[in-house]
Amino acid sequence: MKTFRIGGVHPEENKLSADQPIKVAALPEVAVFPLGQHIGAPAKAVVAKGDKVKVGTMIAEAGGFVSAGIYSSVSGTVQKIDTVIDASGYRKPAIYIKVEGDEWEETIDRSEDLVKAADRPDLTPELIVEKIKNAGLVGMGGACFPVHVKLCPPPGAKAECVIINAVECEPYLTADHRLMLEKADQVLVGVDLIMKAVKVNKGYIGIEENKPDAIKLMTEKAQAYPNIEIVPLKTKYPQGGEKQLIDAVIRRQVPAPPAIPISVGAVVQNVGTAYAVYEAVMKNKPLFERIVTVTGKSLAQPSNFLARMGTPMSQLIEACGGLPSDTGKVIGGGPMMGKALMNIEVPICKGSSGVLIMNDKEAKRGKVSSCIRCAKCVSACPMGLEPFLLATVSAKANWEKAEAEDITSCIECGSCQFTCPSHRPLLDNIRIGKQTVMGIIRARNTK
Amino acid sequence: MGKLTISLSPHVHSGDSVQNNMLNVIIALVPAALFSLYAFGVGAAVVMLTSVAACVFFEWAITRFILKAEPTVCDLSAALTGLLLGFNLPSNLPIWIIIIGALVAIGIGKMTFGGLGCNIFNPALVGRVFLLISFPVQMTTWPEAGQLGAYTDATTGATPLSVMTTAIKNGDASVLSQLPSSMDMLLGTYSQGGAGCLGEISALALLIGFAWMLLKKTITWHIPVSIICTVFVFAGLLHVANPVYANPFQVLFSGGLMLGAIFMATDYVSSPMSSKGQLIYGVAIGFLTVVIRNFGAYPEGMSFAILIMNAFTPLINNYCKPKRFGEVVKK
Repeated sequence: MKTFRIGGVHPEENKLSADQPIKVAALPEVAVFPLGQHIGAPAKAVVAKGDKVKVGTMIAEAGGFVSAGIYSSVSGTVQKIDTVIDASGYRKPAIYIKVEGDEWEETIDRSEDLVKAADRPDLTPELIVEKIKNAGLVGMGGACFPVHVKLCPPPGAKAECVIINAVECEPYLTADHRLMLEKADQVLVGVDLIMKAVKVNKGYIGIEENKPDAIKLMTEKAQAYPNIEIVPLKTKYPQGGEKQLIDAVIRRQVPAPPAIPISVGAVVQNVGTAYAVYEAVMKNKPLFERIVTVTGKSLAQPSNFLARMGTPMSQLIEACGGLPSDTGKVIGGGPMMGKALMNIEVPICKGSSGVLIMNDKEAKRGKVSSCIRCAKCVSACPMGLEPFLLATVSAKANWEKAEAEDITSCIECGSCQFTCPSHRPLLDNIRIGKQTVMGIIRARNTK
Repeated sequence: MGKLTISLSPHVHSGDSVQNNMLNVIIALVPAALFSLYAFGVGAAVVMLTSVAACVFFEWAITRFILKAEPTVCDLSAALTGLLLGFNLPSNLPIWIIIIGALVAIGIGKMTFGGLGCNIFNPALVGRVFLLISFPVQMTTWPEAGQLGAYTDATTGATPLSVMTTAIKNGDASVLSQLPSSMDMLLGTYSQGGAGCLGEISALALLIGFAWMLLKKTITWHIPVSIICTVFVFAGLLHVANPVYANPFQVLFSGGLMLGAIFMATDYVSSPMSSKGQLIYGVAIGFLTVVIRNFGAYPEGMSFAILIMNAFTPLINNYCKPKRFGEVVKK
């Protein structure tokens, strides 16, 4: 069974909601849309207080090339343009829309009919990218990188294959798993479209072996697509990391920055993104809803929802039986890389793959003791770094040493801290070091 | 709703702990401990218990009264050091000498450097080597196996290592016929010449412990395997060149080689971090051990070889980096 070659850990999977079909979440009363919910420049609001919008109306336009527009997920009236605390914990500008009814833009094809690429010979690569860009698509795995940017390789780089990330290596999350089980045909069309957009004729879909039903179904459905190969992967975290996935699927390692995946010929997109590409291109539907796993051991009914963007997380938690009384921590995303939330009114955004509720006991970190130099962090690091050393030099503010030891290669997957028997806050320190060193490098380059 | 905890990811932990790792090493030592009780009886029990109790007491006392810090004995590392020190001693060693060994191991070997994680040398070996130099007579007379009721009154005999040294000194390969067979040395079922320290009596019991630690991922294979292979190859070459040097199987199963390779050299704190570094460290220990055994003043070279390489660990760590992601040549 294929997997990436360096490091990795295997956290308890806890896929509590794997058997729960996707439920359509109720509309919120007020939907909130932060303007910066992707990597790159924040979007610029194009509506004003009092404006009427429909489902699918653009409410904010892309703020640059690396940016994405934002579309209303509801119909109603713009209440105000204010700020909201988002998943990052910072207060960000946001558009508030009071929901009135559920009226969609007429351009959106709401039928369930499957449209295949063969049905649309008019779709040129340029047109596909254009449609993706106009739908405000960003990577749905959590990083939220605007999709059209990745589909336009920089000069000199040539795409050789598309790799679809259907690994879902984060414990607890099941959104991608359910999507494959329920929308396999659409996902495959989406993959086909991405391949057309970057002009390659090889596509891979990497799925971890802990989802045998999805591997089976996708393999059956992919019979109709000779250029798309389903690749079962050994369950290991962080296989969903872009570089780890490329290594696992095509055995190529992306060199250290500034190299990017396209440097080894790979274009990686999340499976949720492939589905969104299908909807954007074939159904003219901008990105305004997504699948969200709401889960946790104390939660009455862990579930998967198809939720409109802007829905407060509290509403989804309520639909799962309410916030348990022993809640200690609420995480936006999975337990390995997700962000602890300050409150549960945070709106669902393009990158919200899950909401994880941890109880008091799970929320507490273990007692820190001295490093016993057991080297487990070194074995676990998927980038071949020495986390114990990076954490120490960062804590001592020795930035030259941190840079020399390749701290900027850290992908912040947390495997080191997960595995440390002394419960040392390795990644906390490494993050400080990485950010500082990247700042130093930027300053040096602009001189 | 109460207050929500805010912290950075990761939000889950493997559940591993220092205590758990130490406990796994102690469990791995159980087969060898049982075998030493079977071979040396009361003496083995007295030595092991004294050593463990003294090490734990000294660590507790030093953290409590000198460092005035929170005692760390619960992490079991002091108990492990005590057990390993006991394994390195003869079963007829008087209690007061064992206590001095424990004081040196914990007090000088570990706590003066700052406690667990900071010591440069393996504490148990610091204790053992201190005793070996300070009490050369008591530390080099080894009771014969099988005297279950005896302690300091046990009859002593020649160890396989002293037989090998005699053969080399006299240049007489026929002395080696006094050695037990390789199979007896592996199992620890000596019919003659079965003398030695507690933990070195049965190589098989130690190998079972090795398997346990590999299974529990307490250690990786790199250090023990590189030491064992190096010793086998080097001792084998010597044996082929001149038969006064014992055959490599007997070399492997004699003395503290297995104990050292599996339990002492793999001490987390004093061994290198990267697998490449661990291989270099292991090969060097194996080489030094054979050199000291065959050409040095002491019959046993394992302790010295490990201590010497402990000193090189920071240097090895500095130069042996794990292979970075992306360094692999594109196929």
